[in-house]
Amino acid sequence: MSRPDPLLTKHFDETRLHELETFRRLGGYEGLKKALAMGREALMAEMNKSNLRGLGGAGFGAAMKWSTVIPEAKNPGPRYVVVNCDESEPGCFKDRVLVTRSPHALIEGLLIAAYAIDAQRAFIFIRGEYELQHRILQKALDEARAAGLVGEHILGSGFSCAIDLMRGAGAYISGLDTALLETMEGKKAWPRQPPPFPTAAGLMGRPTVVNNVETLSMVPHIVLRGGEWFAKLGTAKSGGTVLFSVSGHVEKPGVYEFPMGTPLREILAAAGGVKGGKRLKAVIPGGVSTPVLTADELDIPMDFEAPRAKGTFLGAGGVIVLDETADMVMVAHNIERFLAHESCGQCTPCRQGSFWHERILERGLSGGGTAQDLATLERAGENITGKVICALGDTVGVVTRALMKKFPEDFKAKFPERRG
Amino acid sequence: MAKTFKFSLDGAVLEAREGETVLEAAERAGVRIPHYCWHRALGNPGNCRMCIVEVEGAPKPQVSCRLPAREGLVVRSATPAARRAQASALELHLVDHPLDCPVCDQSGECGLQDYYMDIGRYPSAMREDKAHAGKRLPIGPHIMLDQERCIMCTRCTRFTAQVSKSHELGIFGRGHAQVVDVVPGRSLDNPYSGNLADICPVGALTDRDFRFQVRVWYLDETASLCPGCSRGCAIFAHTSTKRPWHNKGRRLARLKPRSNPEVNGHWVCDEGRYGFADFDSDRLGKVMRLKGDAAERPWDAVSDEIAVAWHQVVRNKKAEGLAVVASGALSNEDWQAFKSLFVDALKLSRFLFTPEPDQVGAEDELLRRRDKVPNLAGGMALGFGTRIKSLTWDALAGDIEAGKVWGLYVVDRDPLKVWGEEGRGLLERLDFLVYQGPRKGLTGDLAHFRLPATAWLEEDGHFTNFQGRVQSYRQALAPLGAAKPDWAIFAGLEASWRSGGGL
Repeated sequence: MSRPDPLLTKHFDETRLHELETFRRLGGYEGLKKALAMGREALMAEMNKSNLRGLGGAGFGAAMKWSTVIPEAKNPGPRYVVVNCDESEPGCFKDRVLVTRSPHALIEGLLIAAYAIDAQRAFIFIRGEYELQHRILQKALDEARAAGLVGEHILGSGFSCAIDLMRGAGAYISGLDTALLETMEGKKAWPRQPPPFPTAAGLMGRPTVVNNVETLSMVPHIVLRGGEWFAKLGTAKSGGTVLFSVSGHVEKPGVYEFPMGTPLREILAAAGGVKGGKRLKAVIPGGVSTPVLTADELDIPMDFEAPRAKGTFLGAGGVIVLDETADMVMVAHNIERFLAHESCGQCTPCRQGSFWHERILERGLSGGGTAQDLATLERAGENITGKVICALGDTVGVVTRALMKKFPEDFKAKFPERRG
Repeated sequence: MAKTFKFSLDGAVLEAREGETVLEAAERAGVRIPHYCWHRALGNPGNCRMCIVEVEGAPKPQVSCRLPAREGLVVRSATPAARRAQASALELHLVDHPLDCPVCDQSGECGLQDYYMDIGRYPSAMREDKAHAGKRLPIGPHIMLDQERCIMCTRCTRFTAQVSKSHELGIFGRGHAQVVDVVPGRSLDNPYSGNLADICPVGALTDRDFRFQVRVWYLDETASLCPGCSRGCAIFAHTSTKRPWHNKGRRLARLKPRSNPEVNGHWVCDEGRYGFADFDSDRLGKVMRLKGDAAERPWDAVSDEIAVAWHQVVRNKKAEGLAVVASGALSNEDWQAFKSLFVDALKLSRFLFTPEPDQVGAEDELLRRRDKVPNLAGGMALGFGTRIKSLTWDALAGDIEAGKVWGLYVVDRDPLKVWGEEGRGLLERLDFLVYQGPRKGLTGDLAHFRLPATAWLEEDGHFTNFQGRVQSYRQALAPLGAAKPDWAIFAGLEASWRSGGGL
C-alpha cells in the first residue's frame, strides 16, 4: 500500500509557507471559506464523520468536544476557543514545527472551530519558551487580520472572531487544559477537577473549547475533502494522519507524518533506524508520560486504541528511541526528576510521590539501592496512579513501574538483594 | 423543604440533602471519613486525597469530598481497598513530614497522628533525607508557621481569601519545593488570625500564646460562651488544673471556637480568643470591709453590715441618692437578682449600665460587635435600657458633685478609670461605696466594702446575645477564694435587707 499524501507537512518544502501569500496560493483558507458557506450544521456533520481525535495526547473526539459546548441559547454570554500550544512533553516537538512552518493552518482551523461553536473570541496560549514561534504567529495573525481573515465580518460573512496570543510562563502543567485556563486567568497553574468540564465552564467560567495545535490544523482538510475521506485515512476510530516527533538514538530525528495506525517499526525506519547500527532496546511511544515498549513490541499500529492493549498510549506522538546503551534506571530517574520538578504541588500523592520516586532512583544510581526499594516503588506507584487530580500524577506511578516490569534486569543491577 | 436522597455508606443508609457530597452527608450523620483539605466552611479543593472511597459501579476509587450524593449510591469507605488507598495517601503526606511530635504543640490533636493510629500503622518505608523548609516563622502576632510540617491542604490560604478576606497568605514555589508563607511585606495580623491555628490539621500553624505551655491531653474542655462582645460566640474553654506546674500556673490555657452556625459559624475573633489570658491575675478572693472597722468578713456578716448601713442612711437620706453602676457582663441570672434587689426591694432609680465609653470598640461584618460586653440584652429583657434608663458617666459625676447621690454600688465597672484622677475626689465624697467584681480595678481600693465575684468561667449561666438568642455557659473552674456569683451576692444582700439586716 502506497503512503497517501501527508496533510499538514505536504508543503513543508515551501520556504515561505509561513507567509499568507504562499499559504493562500497553495489552497490556504479555502477550508474556512467553504465552512462559512456550508453552515454550522453541515460542518458539524462532516466533523462527526471524520473521527478526528484530540492530538494533544488525550485523544478525545474533537467533534464530540465541540458538540458538548453549551449553546448560547441555554447559557447567554461569550464562548471561547483556546489553542493549547503549550507543548512541553519531553519528546514532543511537532506543534513547534507546525507553528514555525505553517502558522496559518492553525489560524484557519481555529477560525473554523470558533465558527462551529459560535465563539467570537479565541486565544492561542503558547509556551513561554517558544519565543520564535510566538513572533511567527504574531506576524501571521497580523497578516490575516489585514486580509480580513481575522476580526470583524470574516471574508465578508456575518461571522466575527478576534484572536489573541498569550504566552505561558514555563510550567509543564499549563499544557493540561484546565491548568492552562487557570494560568490564563492569572492564577497558579493548578488543574481543576471536572466536572464541570471546560465546555460547560472554562475560561472565566464560560463554555470553552481547548484544542491542540495539530488537531485544529487538521480541520480545514476535513472541511475541504469531507469527514468520510479523512476517517478512511486512519483506523476504525482514529481518523486521518498524525505527526510523530522522533528523537533519541535514531539516524534522522524529526517530525514525521503518518496515517493513524502506522506501526512503530515503519516510523523508526523512516527516521533512518537506530543510530550507529546499535541494537534497539526500547521505545517510549508518545512522550515521557507514556509507558515504555520493548524492541519486540514495534508492530502495534499507532492509533488511540491499539497501544492500550500493551498498556501504553499514542499520547502526543513523541517517539523516543533508546538503544542498547540506555540504562533504564537512569531513564526512570530522568523522567521522575522531571515530573517532580514539574508537579504543580496541588495534590499530595503527586507532589510527594514524584519527589520520593526521584530520591529512591537517585539512591539506586549512586549505589545505595536495595531490592526492598523496588517493592516500595511498586507499592507507592500503585498507590498514586488513579488517586490524583490530573494525568501528571497518574504518570508518576505508571512510568517507573512499566520500566521495572519490562527491564527487570536493569533494576535488579542497581537495586540488588542485600543482607543485613 | 430541600430534596433529600438516601444512599448507603458502609452498609448504613444515610440521608443527604440536595447538593451535598458524600463526605458532607457522612459528617452530618457523624460518620468520619478521613480528610484534611475539606472544611465545611472552606470548601472541597480535593487536594489531600485522604477521603478516597469505593463506589459501586465506578471503575476507580473516588474522593468523597467531590462525590455528589445521589439516590441509591452505594459507597464503601472501610473496605480493605479503600483503607489501603487512604493509608497510602497518609503515607505520602508523611514522606517529608519531620515527625517531630515530641516537640510539636499539635501533638494530641493532630490529623496525622489520629489517622496514623486509625488507618495507618504501617512500617515506614521512607529511607531518604527529608526535605527542609522554614521553621518557627512568627508570621503574625498570634501565629507561628512551620513549613516543614505543612501538608498543603490550603485551608489557611482559603481562610484568608474567603473568610477574613485579608489575603496575607499564599502558596509560593511549585511541587515539593512549594511552601505556605505570608505575602512579602505583610503580617498575618487580621482580627481573626487565631482561627488559622484551629483549622490547620497539623502542626504547621500553631498558637504563639499556647506554644510549649501545656500538652493538650492534660486539658479539660468546657462548653462556654465568649463574653468579649454582644455576639456571644460559642467557645470551648480549655483549662489546666491538675498540673499547676504547667502553663505557668494559669488555670485557663486557651479558648477555642465551638461551632454554632447561627451565631459564629466556626470562628472567634482574636480579641475574644486572646482577651482573657490574664484570667487569674489580680483577682479578688476575700470579702473585705475597707473603711471603718476594716477587716476581712464572712459573707453573712458583710451582707448584714451593708443592709444595716442602707437602712440607717435611707432613713436619713432618700433612696434616690443611692446609684448603681452595673456591667453588661452580668448573666441573665445575675440581672434577675440585681433587679430584685435594687429595683423591687430597694426601689432605686439611678442606674448606669450602658457601656459608654469604656466598653465599646471595633466591629465588622464577620463577628465582632461594637458593644464589648456580652449581655446588655439580658438586662434589657428586664427593663434596663427600656423602662429603666441608664445615666451617662457625666450625669452621674454631676449628681455626685451636686450632692444628689450619696452612695454608689459598683458592679464590675471602674469609675475611676472612666473619670480619671478627678474621679477620686468624687468617690471619696460618697458616704457609702460598695465595689463588687472579680478584679478590683482602680476603684476597688476606694470602696467601703469590697465583694469578690466569680468570673464567667467559674459559674453556670446564660447570656442573651444581640440577636436575642439565650445561650448557656457551663462552669469550667472553681471560684477563687470566697468569690461568689453576682446573683448569689445580690440574693444574700436582699435577704439581709428584707430581714432588716439584724437591726
